[in-house]
Amino acid sequence: MSRRMRVPGTSEKRGTKRTEVSLSAFAFLFSELVQYSQQRVSNVEELEGRLKQMGQEVGERALEMLAWREKGTRKETQIVGTLSFVHTVVWKALFGRAADALEKGTQADNEYMIVDREPLINRFISVPKDLGHLNCAAFNAGVVRGVLVAAGFPCQVSAHFVPQDGYKQRTVILIRFDESVLLREEMKL
Amino acid sequence: MGLYSLYVINKSGGLIYQRDFADIVKMDTNDTLRFASIWHSLNAIATQISPLKGCTGITHLEAESFDLHCFQSKTGTKFFVTCTSEMQGVPKLLRKVFDLYTDYVLKNPFYETEMPIRCELFDVNLERLVAKQ
Repeated sequence: MSRRMRVPGTSEKRGTKRTEVSLSAFAFLFSELVQYSQQRVSNVEELEGRLKQMGQEVGERALEMLAWREKGTRKETQIVGTLSFVHTVVWKALFGRAADALEKGTQADNEYMIVDREPLINRFISVPKDLGHLNCAAFNAGVVRGVLVAAGFPCQVSAHFVPQDGYKQRTVILIRFDESVLLREEMKL
Repeated sequence: MGLYSLYVINKSGGLIYQRDFADIVKMDTNDTLRFASIWHSLNAIATQISPLKGCTGITHLEAESFDLHCFQSKTGTKFFVTCTSEMQGVPKLLRKVFDLYTDYVLKNPFYETEMPIRCELFDVNLERLVAKQ
């Protein structure tokens, strides 16, 4: 099991070599984030909301930094391009590998899904039964929302556990774009 | 594979985790709690009566029908197992259990320190570790 996770370096040059951070350090920090939030909320939805909010702040900053540091990125104006950016570049920068799948939702036109079979964030977390369907990958959903909103694609995002193929922690991040985004897409084509 | 059971006790001597790995006579919960606090007190006594300085506790106990190995972390949490006398590599196994503890228990935001361990991932990975032995 890899004990280091990658984090963008602190130098200002483009395409700088990646530095790595201890996975344990991140796990403890995130554990404290969750505990801190838990003391200030009264139910599961609020806790997920708080984690999402924190993720959003990370996402906004991640977009700025990755747009500058990653070679070959250009401003994405289409849904598919932006989602692909999130699915590969953002995930690689934050978690060291690309997300597992990017799918279009079947139930509505504005729904897309990013699938992660084993979110790094949830690796050490066992949710007790009395917290029900809490998924700490709500933080990842927040990151996605931060990136998308900052890139000009307003949307709603949520994270859900969808175990499959023996991956008990498989998480699907559901993205619902606003009407305005769909209209804009149609106009371009 | 001769592992009988695993016990984890916190720094005040309270039992926080207990698991049997073989078909042995099962103790009821009160007995396991008593067993854990007796072991904790024995360790404390051993540090006092040791003829050498710097004794931190008992690491190995040999009885007629079983062996008991104990590992104590720097924070006072003790991990001990009862097993057959022929079993090899038990101290290493205890260190691996400690690794699992630091990963799936301490990094779990829903675990309160010194409380009984109820973390699914810890159980699952512990079973996997013991099955590999």
